Amino acid sequence: MNVSFFFEVLLGGLLAGVMYSLVAIGFVLIYKASGVFNFAQGAMVFLAALTFVSLTERGVPFVVALVITLAVMIVLGIAIEKVVLRPLVNQPPITLFMATIGLTFVLEGLSQLVWGSQPHGLEIGIKDEPIGWLLDNAGMSVSQFDLSAAGIAGVMVAALALFFQYTRIGRALRAVADDHQAALAVGIPLKHIWAIVWTVAGFVALVAGLMWGSRNGVQYALTFIALKALPVLILGGFESIPGAIIGGLIVGASEKLAEVYLPQLLNAPLTNMLGTAVNLQGIESWFAYVIALLFLLVRPQGLFGEKIIDRV
Amino acid sequence: MLYREAGQFKSTYAEDQQIFPIRQDRIAIAALLLFAFVIVPLVANQYWFAAILTPLLIFALAALGLNILTGYAGQLSLGTAAFMAVGAFMAYNFELRIPGMPILVSFALGGLCAAAVGIVFGLPSLRIKGFYLAVATLACQFFVLWAMQRFGWFSNNSTSGVITAGKIEILGYEFASAGSKYLLTLGVVAVMALAAKNLMRSQTGRSFMAVRDMDVAAGVIGIPIMKTKLLAFAISSFYCGVAGALYAFCYLGTVEPEAFNLDLSFRILFMIIIGGVGSILGSFLGAAFITLLPIFLSVLFGGVSRLLDIEISHAVQSNFELIVFGGLIIFFLIVEPHGFARLWQIAKEKLRLWPFPH
Repeated sequence: MNVSFFFEVLLGGLLAGVMYSLVAIGFVLIYKASGVFNFAQGAMVFLAALTFVSLTERGVPFVVALVITLAVMIVLGIAIEKVVLRPLVNQPPITLFMATIGLTFVLEGLSQLVWGSQPHGLEIGIKDEPIGWLLDNAGMSVSQFDLSAAGIAGVMVAALALFFQYTRIGRALRAVADDHQAALAVGIPLKHIWAIVWTVAGFVALVAGLMWGSRNGVQYALTFIALKALPVLILGGFESIPGAIIGGLIVGASEKLAEVYLPQLLNAPLTNMLGTAVNLQGIESWFAYVIALLFLLVRPQGLFGEKIIDRV
Repeated sequence: MLYREAGQFKSTYAEDQQIFPIRQDRIAIAALLLFAFVIVPLVANQYWFAAILTPLLIFALAALGLNILTGYAGQLSLGTAAFMAVGAFMAYNFELRIPGMPILVSFALGGLCAAAVGIVFGLPSLRIKGFYLAVATLACQFFVLWAMQRFGWFSNNSTSGVITAGKIEILGYEFASAGSKYLLTLGVVAVMALAAKNLMRSQTGRSFMAVRDMDVAAGVIGIPIMKTKLLAFAISSFYCGVAGALYAFCYLGTVEPEAFNLDLSFRILFMIIIGGVGSILGSFLGAAFITLLPIFLSVLFGGVSRLLDIEISHAVQSNFELIVFGGLIIFFLIVEPHGFARLWQIAKEKLRLWPFPH
C-alpha cells in the first residue's frame, strides 16, 4: 500500500467531510432551536445556489447577488415561520418533519419554476486544482478548492460560535434551545427567535450552496446532498455543532477510504466466496449510513448529542 | 340516527368480539367489498384498472404495512420502498428458479424475505429512537437498492438490474388482462387488510400500541420490548414485501431497482400521515389521495391550458405540480394533523346524532 496515496485519500475524504458538515450545520441549528428536523435544508441549499447563480448569469455583480440571495433567504425564513411552523406549534415532531418534506417539494418546484431547471456552472474564483507545493514536495494531490472550503467552514463555525456566545440574540437562541417554555416565561419572543434561526440556517444553506454548487454545478442533484449530511448528523448528534464538524470528518474520511480501498480488497475474495460476480463499486451510497448505524449502537445519541433519559 | 349502536344487543361473547360490532359498519363493509369486487369490474375500463385502481390498492397495502410499524408500533421508518424491493425481487427469483412455483406462494415467500430483512434492519430500533432511527432506516433503503443493482443474482444478471415479471397463473387461469390483475390485487389486499384489522385488536396489536405510547412502561408491565419491536418490523415488512411483489407482477410488469427509491418511501409515508397514523382505513384513504392527486392535477392543467389557450410546457407543469403537492401536504397537516381517518371519525360522531343537534 502506498503511504502517500493513503494520506492523499484520507485528506481528500476529510476535506469532503467538511463540505458535508456545511450542510449538516444547517440541520443542527434548526433542530437545536425548534426541535424540528428540517428535511428542507437540502432544498434550501439548492434554492440559494440557484438564485445566486441565476442572478450572476444575468449580469448582477457578485456582492449584490450575494446580498439579494441573502435577502431571499431571510424572507423565506420569516415566511416559513409564519406559514408553516406557527400553525403547527405543539404538534408531534413527526408532523413537523412531514411538513418540512412538503416544504422540500414546494421549494424545489418554486426555485425551478422561477429560474428554470437546466444545470448551471458556478465560478466563485477558487480553482479546483491540486496545490502545486504539496504535489511537488510530498507527491500528494490536494485540491485548493477543498482546502478553501474547509477554511470557509472553519470561519463560519467560529462566527456562529461567537454569535451564539456573545450576542443578545445568540443567548436567546441558546435559551430557546434549552427549554422552550422557560424561554417564553422569561420573555423571549419565540416566534422572532424561530424566524432568526431559519434565517441563519438560510445563510448556512447559501454558503453550502455556493461551495457545493461551484464544485458539482448547480443542478437538481444538489438537493440530494441533504441525504449525505444525514449520517453526519446522527453520528455527531442532532444538537451539536462541533458534532456536525467531527461527524463530517469521520464520515468523509471513512467514506473515501471505503470507496477507494474496499472494492480493491474485497471484490475478488467475495466473488470466490459467493460464486457470483461481486462488484462493490458505488459502496459510498450507503457506507456512511452503516458507519453511523454501527456507531449509534454504541452511543444512541450520537457523539455529542444530549443524553437520552427515560422517565416513566 | 342512521348510524348508532343503540338497540343492537350482544348476547354471546362471539358477538361481543366480532370485528365490526355495529351493524351499519358490517353493511357498509359488505357493500364496499361488493362494489369493489363486482360493480367496479363491470364498469371500469382498461385505463382505470391499469393506471389508477391497481396501483392505488398496492400503495394502500404498502401504506398499511408502514402504518403497522409507524402508526401502531411507533417506529418511524424511511425504508419502506426497500422492503417492497426485496419482496418484488425475491418473488421474481422464486418464480424464476423454482419451476411450477405457485404465484401466491412466491408472493408470500417474497414477503417473508422482506420480513427477514426488516428484522435485521429493525435491530437498531432496540437501541435508538425517533429521528435517529428514521435516519438509520435510510441505511436499509440505500443498501438494499445498491445490493439489487450490484449483485447480478437478484435480477438474473440482466444488465441494468431490470426484471420482467413472468405471467401470473393460478389453477390454470392466466391473469393477463388489467381487469383480472386488479381482481387478484384486490383479493390479496382485502384478505391482508382484514388480517391486519384483526391483528391490531389482538394481544400483539395491543402490545404494539403499548410500546408506541411508552416503551419503558410497556416493559415494566411485562411486554417483551425486543420481541414486540422486531415483530412489528417483521409484520410491517411482510406487508410491504407483498405489496412490492404485487407492484412488480400486477402493476408494472417490468421493474428496475430504481423504481423503489427514496421518493417512493416518502410517498408511502405521506399516505399514512395524510390518511391517518394508526388507522387501517387511513392507509386506504391516504393511498387514494396521494395516487389520485397527481392525476387530478395533470387533468386540471390540461383543462386550464385548453381553456386559456396557452401552451404550458412540461417542465412548468411538473414544477407546479410539485408546489401544489407540497403545499397541500402542509395545508392538510395544519388543518387536520390526524388525517382523513380522524375526519371520518368526526363524521361518524355527527351521524350518530343526525338530524338532531344533541
